[in-house]
Amino acid sequence: MNKHAKLAAFPYLLWMAVFIIVPLALIVVFAFTTTVTVDADGNILTAEEITEVQDAFYEEYGEDADIAELGLSEKTVFTLQNILDVSKYMNTLLNSIWLALIATVICLVLAYPVAYFISRLHFTKQKMMLMLAMLPMWMNFLLRTYAWMTILERNGLLNRLFALVGLGPFEMINTQGAVVLGMVYNYLPFMILPLYSVMTKIDSRTIEAAQDLGANRLTVIGRVVLPLSVPGISSGITMVFVPAVSTFIISRMLGGGTNMLIGDLIDLQFLGNAYNPNLGAAMSLVLMVFILLCMSITNSIDNEETEVSML
Amino acid sequence: MKLKSFSFSKLCTILIFVFLYAPIFVLIANSFNASKSRTVWTGFTLDWYSKLFNNETILTSLANSLLVALVAAVCATVLGTLAAIGIYNMKPITRRAVMSVTNLPNINPEIVTGVSLMLLFVGLNIEFGFTTLILSHIVFCVPYVILNVMPKLRQMNVSLCEAAMDLGCNQLQVFRKVIIPEITPGIITGFLMAFTYSIDDFVISYFTYGAKAQTLSITIFSMTRRKVSPEVNALSAIIFVVVLVILLIINILDIRKHKKEARR
Repeated sequence: MNKHAKLAAFPYLLWMAVFIIVPLALIVVFAFTTTVTVDADGNILTAEEITEVQDAFYEEYGEDADIAELGLSEKTVFTLQNILDVSKYMNTLLNSIWLALIATVICLVLAYPVAYFISRLHFTKQKMMLMLAMLPMWMNFLLRTYAWMTILERNGLLNRLFALVGLGPFEMINTQGAVVLGMVYNYLPFMILPLYSVMTKIDSRTIEAAQDLGANRLTVIGRVVLPLSVPGISSGITMVFVPAVSTFIISRMLGGGTNMLIGDLIDLQFLGNAYNPNLGAAMSLVLMVFILLCMSITNSIDNEETEVSML
Repeated sequence: MKLKSFSFSKLCTILIFVFLYAPIFVLIANSFNASKSRTVWTGFTLDWYSKLFNNETILTSLANSLLVALVAAVCATVLGTLAAIGIYNMKPITRRAVMSVTNLPNINPEIVTGVSLMLLFVGLNIEFGFTTLILSHIVFCVPYVILNVMPKLRQMNVSLCEAAMDLGCNQLQVFRKVIIPEITPGIITGFLMAFTYSIDDFVISYFTYGAKAQTLSITIFSMTRRKVSPEVNALSAIIFVVVLVILLIINILDIRKHKKEARR
């Protein structure tokens, strides 16, 4: 291949500029601007001043006069207010981070033995088990979450089951626990996969050697398997944490209206009642910067490139 | 070791598989449930399956999903394959810069990517519908194609291209007859991944769909706000079985191939 081959990327570079860089730039622009009304001289008017001058205008020229002659216009100006306003929702942001963190830890604890078990199986069985672990991901994510509603509801399957043994009913849906459960359920395969792909590369002979040298089970796990699976752990953590912290569907379906996460707030600013794209963009920007910072930290922990094969 | 690890890891695995499959079992069971209620079993029926094939909303949105996924995956595959070849031939510094930008849509939370695209389409004044849906699906599909084609390019022997040129191939012929056949496995995996991610997507579609172009995920979402009609359960049961069969076939073929290679 030669220099001309570089040209093959040209359409893509153009694409990248329009559909990756410009949209992100728009988020930054929206986050740092706001729309204001200015009069003909360019002075910014508050809402009260606008009504004031409009009333004065109608009084002078009559009710039928064309308001456009007043010369008011809308202008986009730089502001830090949106970013400052995000701090009002700091509780929601912290709550999202907290719940996502719990879900990530639970995923790690649950996925670790599963990934280890699968990785020690015979090759044929490994493939099959991995397929079975990934299969639920192929079902529509909304339907799976909806099925959990059926299970957790007040008159749901679990409460019916508890009633049979004389317990309950328990309040399970519309709690933070239900939101965490939804996160764990939906993103658990994202943890199993990277863990499995590093563990399957651990040679069984390494483990046997450790045992021959007198290591017991805990020592083998702690001093052989665990250190060798660090790259998988860190990529698993990002693969679970990022979608969990920014979800808005799980919290809406399993958390009821009361357990809002940062994702719900962003959604509300763009497509909901609280329509305010500038504030929404500021929230998105804060979330994005937070996640990119987290990623750079986990990336610096393991410098090794981990290959994650899907399916 | 084997006997000891049996007890704990295996038990965990079994329990987690029960956890993973419980909601799916509930969905499938409800697709045969005569009652419309999701928690009471009143008898076995196949009604929902026959109703499914008369439910235009669901069938249209399923067709939309397939159409969007197909178009987006094809476009992403062409764009991504060319991009991978170009990026592979760049200087390391440029390559690294381009790759970090490439990964952005998938590193970022989906909601951020969705919102940013929505702002773009509003800014460009494009009407929300198939165009916006397909464009945004291509955005998150291209990285998967590039990530799958890139390793194949790295594995390729550079001398092959040189040999072809020594034998009188021009640029285009080298591309068509040497490079493309060498990286085909990566292209196919990339295409399949793009297709499945597109079919499965909800969040980005949610911010970029239009009233006339609803995908299956969007239709299911608007149902979950009211009540999910049991036809959807029937549809998901069918999808589950189809995916299960496809994955089983792929796996069996894969295992056979592996065994054959091992025998050699």
